[in-house]
Amino acid sequence: MLKVRVIPCLDVKDGRVVKGVQFLDLRDAGDPVESAMAYDAAGADELCFLDITASHENRGTLMDVVSRTAEACFMPLTVGGGVRTVDDIRNLLLAGADKVSIMTAAVHDRDFVRRAAEKFGTQCIVVAVDAKKVSGEGEPLRWEIFTHGGRKPTGLDAVAYAQEVAALGAGEILLTSMDRDGTKIGYDIPLTRAIADAVSIPVIASGGVGTLDHMVEGIRDGHASAVLAASIFHFGEHTIREAKEKLRANGLPVRID
Amino acid sequence: MKVAIIDYGSGNLHSAHKAFERAASESGLGGEIVVTSDPDFVRTADRIVLPGVGAFADCRRGLNAVPGMVTAMTEAVQDKGRPFLGICVGMQLLADRGLEHETTAGLGWIGGDVVEIKPKDASLKIPHMGWNTLAQKREHPLLANIQTGPDGLHAYFVHSFHVNPSDPKDVVATTSYGGAITALVAKGTVAGTQFHPEKSQKLGLALIANFLRWRP
Repeated sequence: MLKVRVIPCLDVKDGRVVKGVQFLDLRDAGDPVESAMAYDAAGADELCFLDITASHENRGTLMDVVSRTAEACFMPLTVGGGVRTVDDIRNLLLAGADKVSIMTAAVHDRDFVRRAAEKFGTQCIVVAVDAKKVSGEGEPLRWEIFTHGGRKPTGLDAVAYAQEVAALGAGEILLTSMDRDGTKIGYDIPLTRAIADAVSIPVIASGGVGTLDHMVEGIRDGHASAVLAASIFHFGEHTIREAKEKLRANGLPVRID
Repeated sequence: MKVAIIDYGSGNLHSAHKAFERAASESGLGGEIVVTSDPDFVRTADRIVLPGVGAFADCRRGLNAVPGMVTAMTEAVQDKGRPFLGICVGMQLLADRGLEHETTAGLGWIGGDVVEIKPKDASLKIPHMGWNTLAQKREHPLLANIQTGPDGLHAYFVHSFHVNPSDPKDVVATTSYGGAITALVAKGTVAGTQFHPEKSQKLGLALIANFLRWRP
């Protein structure tokens, strides 16, 4: 039986982890590769690096991080942040990423998703959907795509956009609720369910995890195929194992090898 | 021992290379693991690995585009009986035909077609992406000392098509996703995994070590 995936996500800036992993006994808590190796050993199902490096000149440090991670971790690695061209994707895949996540570039040029999927295969193209609720009290629920960390509205309906990128060849959707991101009050479940039920490709729920019950809700009620979380793991509040045991106790299939 | 991982422009060979190196060193087998597009190296290799990601037709075109490669592979595997492992689309290429987008000829080393996964349960997502267990159909050295079955180890899959072999005896293991999906095939010195051993942690490294030890 296919298992529900638990995916820790590390924010990487200039080749260093931002708000480093604090619970693991690491020699260098700011080194993404050390954190990746620790999560590999802890039983993470995949790993996600989100590059938030501002300048393009420092992009080389990310490639080095990806390459060193791929040498040490034998699990799937998704890398996102600043992916704008087919060459960006090629470079990340050659460095050792298994999947590449596209966000803003797909919003501005939907055909980029098609070109990327045709070139590298659907299996490695993840489209990041950052959505925010725009419907008012008493109105039917509606979410819009936002860029620039949730600051810039695009006018695009999130559900229709997700269906569109899926049809263009995205292999997976990384869905982040910009309302919930960093709040620790749980995923936006109606949003997650609306998108997961609207597309035939897997959806990763992200944004808002504060407890392990939130992960159960993301899968059970949000119909996501995977749950992504950052601080709950990095700060040692919970281990990957605890997350999986919680999911399993709620009747959801997990991998504990 | 010389192990050739064939580079024909399909995807990320870095992690496959590192996983084979790790499995070789952890199991004390040693050997020289080389990512190569040189048919002469492949012709003389002791073990041959054909990875592959993306669409069947693209991979086939990529393989054909390396001068002499298909001939060298065929010579090493079919004439000299060197052990061969196809991974993901590299495994699918072993079949007679791929039916993804267009009909494309495979190597025909394992009879059958590569067909779309059509789960009975329409709510199941495609691609089949993530960790799944294996149901072993017959004994095979590649699965030696690897626990299979619902409580066994997991393998990492990511695919929308799978091999539908004409001879069920060629299937060593399946996985379950809205029906049986072909996970591991073998015939003579040729084997292939639909999953990615280089991404499958424990199970993957154990299977790679078994492949390096395999003396069919």
